[in-house]
Amino acid sequence: MDEIVKDFLIESGENLDRLDQELVQLEGDPSSKELLSSIFRTIHTIKGTCSFLGFVKLEKLSHAGEDLLARLRDGELALTAEITSGLLAMVDAIRLMLAAIKDTEQDSNQDYAPLIARLATLQNPTPAANKTITDAPVSDSARAPRISADAENEKSDPDSSPMPAPVLDEDLADPSKLGGLLLQRGLVTREDLAQALHQQEMGRKRLGDILIAQGAAHPEDVLEAQRALEARNPEAAVETIRVGVNLLDRLMNLVGELVLARNHLLQIRKRVQNPDFLPISQHINLITTELQGEVMKTRMQPISNLWNKFPRTVRDLARNCGKDIRLEMEGQDTELDRTIVENMKDPMTHLVRNAIDHGIEPAEERKQAGKESAGLLKLRAFHQGGHVNIEVIDDGAGLNRKRICEKAIERRLITFQQAEQMADADIFNLIFLPGFSTAQTVTNVSGRGVGMDVVKTQVEKIGGTVDLQSIEGRGTTIKIKIPLTLAIIPALLVKSGGERFAIPQVSLLEVVRLENRLGIERVHNAPVYRLRGRLLPLLDLSSELGLAPTRVFPSSDSASNLVVVQAHGCAFGILVDEILDSEEIVVKPLGPHLKRIVAYSGATIFGDGRVALILDIVGLAQNAGIVSQYGSESPPAETHQTQANSNEHPESLLIVECDGRGRIAIPLSLVTRLEELPASSIESAGPLEVTQYHGEVLPLMRLSQVLYPANRQPENPARDRILPVVVCSESGRSVGLIVDRIVDIVEHPQGLETPGQRPGVLGSSIIESRITELIDIPFLMRQGIYAAGNARAARGGV
Amino acid sequence: MAQQFCTFFLDGQFFGAPADNVQEVIQFQPITRVPLARPVIAGLMNVRGQIVSVLDLRRRLGMPERSYCSLPVNVVVHARDSVVSLLVDEIGDVIELPEDTFESPPATLHGPIRDVLRRIYKLPGRLLLVLDIDRLLNLENPATGASDFDREDSSCSPPEVVRRVP
Repeated sequence: MDEIVKDFLIESGENLDRLDQELVQLEGDPSSKELLSSIFRTIHTIKGTCSFLGFVKLEKLSHAGEDLLARLRDGELALTAEITSGLLAMVDAIRLMLAAIKDTEQDSNQDYAPLIARLATLQNPTPAANKTITDAPVSDSARAPRISADAENEKSDPDSSPMPAPVLDEDLADPSKLGGLLLQRGLVTREDLAQALHQQEMGRKRLGDILIAQGAAHPEDVLEAQRALEARNPEAAVETIRVGVNLLDRLMNLVGELVLARNHLLQIRKRVQNPDFLPISQHINLITTELQGEVMKTRMQPISNLWNKFPRTVRDLARNCGKDIRLEMEGQDTELDRTIVENMKDPMTHLVRNAIDHGIEPAEERKQAGKESAGLLKLRAFHQGGHVNIEVIDDGAGLNRKRICEKAIERRLITFQQAEQMADADIFNLIFLPGFSTAQTVTNVSGRGVGMDVVKTQVEKIGGTVDLQSIEGRGTTIKIKIPLTLAIIPALLVKSGGERFAIPQVSLLEVVRLENRLGIERVHNAPVYRLRGRLLPLLDLSSELGLAPTRVFPSSDSASNLVVVQAHGCAFGILVDEILDSEEIVVKPLGPHLKRIVAYSGATIFGDGRVALILDIVGLAQNAGIVSQYGSESPPAETHQTQANSNEHPESLLIVECDGRGRIAIPLSLVTRLEELPASSIESAGPLEVTQYHGEVLPLMRLSQVLYPANRQPENPARDRILPVVVCSESGRSVGLIVDRIVDIVEHPQGLETPGQRPGVLGSSIIESRITELIDIPFLMRQGIYAAGNARAARGGV
Repeated sequence: MAQQFCTFFLDGQFFGAPADNVQEVIQFQPITRVPLARPVIAGLMNVRGQIVSVLDLRRRLGMPERSYCSLPVNVVVHARDSVVSLLVDEIGDVIELPEDTFESPPATLHGPIRDVLRRIYKLPGRLLLVLDIDRLLNLENPATGASDFDREDSSCSPPEVVRRVP
């Protein structure tokens, strides 16, 4: 393809994107002469180039648009929604024609006659359109003749221009130049400006200086205007060239190689004794770091590249849904890696569409709710701690907890009890599940149940996280956190089972060193660690990857390191053998044969040339069942493991309170889960109280009645009470113990101070300076079942 | 028309790969194990900055394991946009063979090798078994007879069924 045509296509593509934006802006500010002339110039350029290159049909169309714009610019027409739509349709058509030219190198074979006719009709305003002419264009048109009259005067004035320098009216008034801007702002008179321009042409100084020297303008005004100009077109200040994306990618790859070579060099440095070597390696290190930064910058794009199309999208969608929506964008020049910008395109569009379709209510509803009739959709982007944060904020109706719960229960994603216990944030996160949509009607905008899960998957694919906050009636905020770049990431290097692995720093929370693996407790056979009062599920990296036999409770001589990470907003600990280093690693994709193993997100090459795998934290969590169906629940342990040599270890005890007086200890090894059940979920089966638990019947025992049968509590407290239940399992049988309060988990040396005095109690110990009774779960379970059997037998039942 | 073949030995047998598919031959290098991957994947290695999966050809063809005292050689091949290194026992010469001396594999040949063996050349005193690299690298299709599957595979049903086929 011709270079010229290629350039024309690229340039026009960019111009059209800008047109979309400017036209929407113009609709909001119809009196802006500046916008109008910019739009006019763009179309004019396209038209001119087309006729030069011989694309007749494209020229015709842009000509029709130009005519319409000319009348708008001259104030003969006022901008209406119809005209804007017409012009936007023209932009779309031009875009299509450019695509056709790109494909065939020929003028499009469609001539868009109806659109040209439509543009022509729009030039002849209907009476209704005439009435909507605003004041601003009128005053503009009134001013225009006066200006040209002034210009006439100047030209005929022999004193002010001894050497006739034809100063064109358009040049003078061009607001993209300093003089024009000052004139437009009324800060200089037309005569002064013409004079100054004339002096400038005779080669004196810069226009601003001349104006100040003449006393025609205030220095502050000139400075201010200059700043405004620079802000408007920053490209003008810097020289730019176009470079192919392929070349930049290649450059990036090479820098990646260089980073690896540098890492290798730094490793060797420790062994080399040559005094010359140190400064050189240091120098190379510095240059590489700097080069990496700069090359990275070439890949950076402002997020506005992504957002630019949103004013148009919002306008079209809002009109489509019959809503009134104001779009605000903040932090448009926040920069992101090119590949990330591309990957964020779909998720962002989804979120914007969602906010318009579901989030913001129709104007009447908003008025009833006492809100402004126009909804606000705000996009925010900012850098924070090596990440880019993007927020999509709407002031709409917010998420409806009740409706989401209903839907989730209907879809069997959660049970009714779970719904009652779940926090708002957890409920709201349900909308990220596949196929979840609460929209009552399916529109062509959204509501098909695809969307939020796609958003989440895509954001997570590029190493980001999605968080959602919502207040009913006040609006929804979706926060996306994504890394700056994907190509080179900081990572923690660890060693487990003899292999090295990289853990991306994005998902890293902290690193904890455990001497003798102290503090690892287990709930049944699931290892947990108490980190500042929170129970952290653990997984052992080598056993998870099948590198070594399970050794969650190894001989106590090994110190261990716990890497605390986060996936899907859920924290868990990874036990590794060694923590090596923290390093910038170059991410390389895995071959097709390994793509399906979810535990790895890629591989990297270390300084010594060896390959190491990059762990995919989300994948690991899924493999281990830490992140299950709806996020932060770790499933109950299922396999039974023989308990060995427990006598050597202090025993972990779950301390509960019972009947407000006694402290009871339950061996943690028998506890499968701690639950909170609403009293209303308790049913009775004969003399037994039972509840439905994970699709099975779970017998319940009120611990106070079992241990203190003498002081029976009045039955049936309020049905809406939430009862803490300790689910214990022993030889495949489970029982739920209803207690008053769950107090703590403590380590206590095995052995009892006093043996038990009554059935069901093994004995008592002093734990945390309180007398605590250790109960005999197997006995209680047998007793409970015998009791049930006896009762049934007595009644002549089965 | 003559064709060039890169030859190598596996368990005493003489194999060949079309030279067009072969990128290079590299001495044995340390390999990074990939836990959870199917056993035919020996691991990953660094070929001048490119990370390449290493396929244990003995396992791929259902042959007995290599003894620990001998170091294998890497034959780096490419097919279908992927580059893979094949672990072989010993490397042979590059030989040029005319098109007309080959025969199809015998009907009595069984096992995973059947699907990846393209043709057999009758050389003086020995047979050269020419492998189809495309098929060799295709581990996804159960029809190629890959006998081992990784953990992900064993959890989904189709390979499970295939695995029971002797």
